[in-house]
Amino acid sequence: MQYSSQAVAKPYFIAAIGLFVGQILFGLILGAQYVIGDFLFPEIPFNVARMVHTNLLIVWLLFGFMGAAYYLVPEEAERELYSPKLAIALFWIFLVAGALTIVGYLAVPYATLAAVTGNDLLPTMGREFLEQPTITKIGIVVVALAFLFNIGMTIISGRKTVVNIVLLTGLTGLAVLFLFAFYNPVNLVLDKMFWWWVVHLWVEGVWELIMAAILAFVLIRLTGVDREVIEKWLYVIIAMALITGIIGTGHHYYWIGTPEYWQWWGSIFSALEPIPFFMMTVFAFNVVNRRRKEHPNKAATLWALGCAVMAFLGAGVWGFLHTLAPVNFYTHGSQITAAHGHMAFYGAYVLVVITMISYAWPHLQHNAPAANGRAQLLEMWSFWLMTISMVFITLFLTGAGILQVYLQRVSDTPLPFMVVQDKIALFYWMRLYAGLAFFIGLCLYVYSFFAKGKESLASS
Amino acid sequence: MDTLAQHDNDSLPGDFAIWIFIFAELLVFGVFFLAYAFSRANNVELFNESQMQLDRIAGAANTLVLITSSYFVVRAVAAIRTGNSTRCVHWLLAAIAMGGVFLVIKLFEFGDKFSAGISLSTNTFFMFYLSLTFFHFMHVILGMVILAAVLFKARSGGYSAQEHTGVETGASYWHMVDLVWLILFPLVYVIH
Repeated sequence: MQYSSQAVAKPYFIAAIGLFVGQILFGLILGAQYVIGDFLFPEIPFNVARMVHTNLLIVWLLFGFMGAAYYLVPEEAERELYSPKLAIALFWIFLVAGALTIVGYLAVPYATLAAVTGNDLLPTMGREFLEQPTITKIGIVVVALAFLFNIGMTIISGRKTVVNIVLLTGLTGLAVLFLFAFYNPVNLVLDKMFWWWVVHLWVEGVWELIMAAILAFVLIRLTGVDREVIEKWLYVIIAMALITGIIGTGHHYYWIGTPEYWQWWGSIFSALEPIPFFMMTVFAFNVVNRRRKEHPNKAATLWALGCAVMAFLGAGVWGFLHTLAPVNFYTHGSQITAAHGHMAFYGAYVLVVITMISYAWPHLQHNAPAANGRAQLLEMWSFWLMTISMVFITLFLTGAGILQVYLQRVSDTPLPFMVVQDKIALFYWMRLYAGLAFFIGLCLYVYSFFAKGKESLASS
Repeated sequence: MDTLAQHDNDSLPGDFAIWIFIFAELLVFGVFFLAYAFSRANNVELFNESQMQLDRIAGAANTLVLITSSYFVVRAVAAIRTGNSTRCVHWLLAAIAMGGVFLVIKLFEFGDKFSAGISLSTNTFFMFYLSLTFFHFMHVILGMVILAAVLFKARSGGYSAQEHTGVETGASYWHMVDLVWLILFPLVYVIH
């Protein structure tokens, strides 16, 4: 660790992993509820579990992004963080607000939560992924602005690198686009249209900038390849991500009541969205192959390469599968979407946060460039277990989705939704088993932080 | 001169990154052109009929304008290769001015169509016409911004006969913008 203020990243990473475990537990509950309808009912209804599963994902990734920013911004800017105290204060505010929100979801009916939190004053609740009470949303904005102020001040008065500028651009975009969560028009078409400005422009727009910046930072450190080379890649990747991703929003506008030209715009631009992810894969392998040093943290390199590959498969390939309007006409809102969502989030954002944690943790915890050999081995095992499990989750959901689309929408004698759900239950069972394997991988990952090796800490 | 020619044959002119960008851009337009071709095959009559409403004179004029601007950019690169920054700046200025002429002619064309009540939702042909020309329009603006950035650096003596990658980079991008129009114009305005 070069700057003592980088240590503020530590609680953020711990919280991220803790909430990750919670997210997966609720994922398992949901997976079980798919096949055992009244599992844990009425204590945890399906809609509540789903809300907790998706909201925890977003919150822990945000913790991960913030932790990553606090770790890498000082090192890139070559100065201490502007205000470590502010960073710690924001951590507790965000954690408590997040925890209270989740408790609210679980403890009282959603309508009661809306009434208690004064949703009628500024109605923003009740929309998928944006279910948070309005006061929580305001809290998120306050935390995001203070966070941006903190790292912005660090960057402005320090060394300005492309990695820092791209990261700051991405994080600013994240905060600005979230403001559309407060826009809640009565017209349902407009509501959906701007809802995607948060949801799509986050994950297929500004988050890609954050991801590329984090990946670039870690790869510079791990491989010793010239910054100029990596920066050039970064420029091209983010240009492509924005060219394809922004108008690519159109692939959500096919059937919500927007004009027909969106079917063309959305299809053409989003069909090219795999390109920036493909470039990221080529970039990561290229840079690792041209490495100028052997970094002792092998696990971090594995996470980084895995991130690039899985992001390309999950976001790129599985996104392309159903992005063209004529295909999407049949597949929208089916298990194909769920398959894509799972692998894309895992590949692009879960893995990039873990890559950053894997690189930074030995510095934060042991003041060493790498964890001991046994801990790294456990990390690598957990990588393969989680990644292979996620591949199977995706494949099973894809199988379920293909069958669902055929039986429910394509065949000459279409069957009702629930009848089809019964027919594809086998896939849901297999998905649940794959989910359990994923959870074992996650436990192994958590355990790797406590694993003691025979040899002393690795040194560079 | 020999060394210059050799330099040209050895590698792509300009920064390698701009070529990745250019290929990506060409891919986007290429997919759009293919989509146009397939849609047209299914609606030949509609496309032919709607196409008659386009202003071919304006399109042809703009083709000449862009080709001329590309020529000016070529002269700018030639000037900096002999180390003449002042002349390079003048040619770049001329190229940017021609880009401006293109935009003005195009704006009149757009205004004409909009006042005739034509929009993206009129029919599939006009959806393609407006989308393609609008995206290209935005690329002309971006190209002008890039050329302007090169111009300012050239004016402050940032390039020399030995080191002028930036000029070639800007020129390469501008030629791409020109090339796309050279396909777009016959495809959308003329062929039927």
